[in-house]
Amino acid sequence: MNILVCIKQVPASSDVNIDEETGTIIRDGVDSKMNPYDLYALELGLQLKEQYGGCVDVVSMGPPQANEVLEEAIAIGADKGSLLSDRAFAGADVLATSYTLAQGIESLGNYDLILCGKQTTDGDTAQVGAEIAEFLDFDHATNILNIDNVSDSGVSVQMNLGDVIYHQDMKFPCVLTIEKDINTPRLPSYKRKCQLDETKISMSSLADFKDQDKMHYGLNGSPTSVEKVFPPDKNTEQETFTGTPEEMAIKLVNEMKDLKLI
Amino acid sequence: MAYLKFNQNKIGDKEAQALIELCPFNAIERDEVGNLGPNSACKNCKICVKKGPVGCVEFIEEDESTIDKSEWRGITVFAEHDGNAINPVVFELLNKARELAAVINHPVYALWIGDKANGAEELLHYGADKVFTYLDPELKNFSVIPYTAIFEQFIDEIKPSSCLVGATNLGRSLGPRIAARLRTGMTADCTRLEMRENTDLVQIRPAFGGNIMAKILTQKTRPQFCTVREKIFNAMERTDEAQGEIVNMDVKKFPLGSKVNKVERKEKIANIADAEILVAIGRGLKKQDDIAKFQALADKLGGQLASSRALVEAGWMPATAQIGLSGKTVKPKLLITFGISGAVQFAAGMNNCERIVAVNTDEKAPIFDVAHVKIVADMYDILEHMMKELG
Repeated sequence: MNILVCIKQVPASSDVNIDEETGTIIRDGVDSKMNPYDLYALELGLQLKEQYGGCVDVVSMGPPQANEVLEEAIAIGADKGSLLSDRAFAGADVLATSYTLAQGIESLGNYDLILCGKQTTDGDTAQVGAEIAEFLDFDHATNILNIDNVSDSGVSVQMNLGDVIYHQDMKFPCVLTIEKDINTPRLPSYKRKCQLDETKISMSSLADFKDQDKMHYGLNGSPTSVEKVFPPDKNTEQETFTGTPEEMAIKLVNEMKDLKLI
Repeated sequence: MAYLKFNQNKIGDKEAQALIELCPFNAIERDEVGNLGPNSACKNCKICVKKGPVGCVEFIEEDESTIDKSEWRGITVFAEHDGNAINPVVFELLNKARELAAVINHPVYALWIGDKANGAEELLHYGADKVFTYLDPELKNFSVIPYTAIFEQFIDEIKPSSCLVGATNLGRSLGPRIAARLRTGMTADCTRLEMRENTDLVQIRPAFGGNIMAKILTQKTRPQFCTVREKIFNAMERTDEAQGEIVNMDVKKFPLGSKVNKVERKEKIANIADAEILVAIGRGLKKQDDIAKFQALADKLGGQLASSRALVEAGWMPATAQIGLSGKTVKPKLLITFGISGAVQFAAGMNNCERIVAVNTDEKAPIFDVAHVKIVADMYDILEHMMKELG
């Protein structure tokens, strides 16, 4: 079974704010990390490989420095990684990102299973997996809790649909997005990190894709646009308690009694 | 065609340095031949245009929009149901759809997909002008391939201007799939929606993984898709009389998807989304053992214990207890937060609480921007004295 895991580099901290006077975005620090949700997808891929053989590769779209997360994934256990990077991809929304990933995946070869984290911590949209599947014309299932069975032609999965769990059979090739906490992701191996072979990471650009029409990528391929960014609303009717912690705690409890909350 | 035009002749080393530092996403760099431009980390926030050295970067947009927006009429709500009950988010979306539709004098539609229409008439008590039903035995259980095909057929036949989908696990699987098929925009987890007179849906949501809201538009394609979480909007009161009609549509041949072997009902467990009183803890918690102390307060108040993402990521609290964009949206009568800074992702999950009390040592913490009661103090001190006072 050949598995491809989609990963993303995200900011390590969410300390991003907006300067209310100038309207500019202030991002403290430049540290980044692998989207934590992707670790569960990668771990699942590695466990499946251990049991059933095949390979686990990783792919990411991003600027050249996103190579770091591919290196990390290889140190964790992935076989090889591909970075999709091109100026033509700049300014992509969910649709253009998904299309780029789908084109990239097609250019990389034939995979039976595409795994994604359930969402990212910077966009939180949880949409890219489903859109990749549509562009690849693969079936997909989201919020996977478990893979119960693997056969030559597909997998049996448990899909979390809120109040119910669907047990369903998926035929290869398909895209699965993986719930958080379904496994315990392994840590990067120091040995694998030291032995990292640079040739295991390749870079693809628009010129490697089947569809090279620039209008389908980046800003041009994005049906949505951000018109404006602004700070969140503030609560204007606010009461500030003062005094010692004891006085404030007593006041709070009394107020709760007055409001008949307790 | 739209793009950021970097005027290389105006960009010297000084300007280049300024632009590289200005970009909050580190997305500006020189290429092999030394030309400055955006790389694939660019999010098109246009700060380089607005705040960069004058004349260096321009946003060029050549409008070649060919769609006729007047051909697309109606605000559609996807009526998610499980064969027995309609998901509560549907009633909330119908209420919002009415409000949006009133601005542009459009009808409100509901799309019902299933094996039978039992229960669909209920939607006529909640503001739907027309409920379009697509029925087939093969549509009994949700499966993304056939459901997407039916949704596509509906869009072809009815041409709605906007589609609102609940941000449930099902909605977040089906919504993006149909949006991708139609190559149109889908904005996830909107926290506010407004309508413009030209039928553009203004979609507002937290963005860029920070304390920022973004106003997002889908100006060049139709329909405009968005998902909205449960409890973001209020449901309307059920009207005694049914208004509008149910329209049973012919189902065209559709492809079958993966086979569902079993639908397992989850055991009902205490859900923070249903709690009337919530005590929430965050990064201010010093050690895992201290959770019990705050659980005791929650128990004493007859409420439940919840947390921010930090403690869930640390493995101290279960994911089911997480409030926020990647957790649950809650709307209790009272929420007391202890040691939570309140990033916008957290706030997005609790903005609609009736009363928010925040305890934090940092008087500048963003949580105080949304709190009704501000208590700048050590969370442990307040806890101790509350427990004493409660007896």
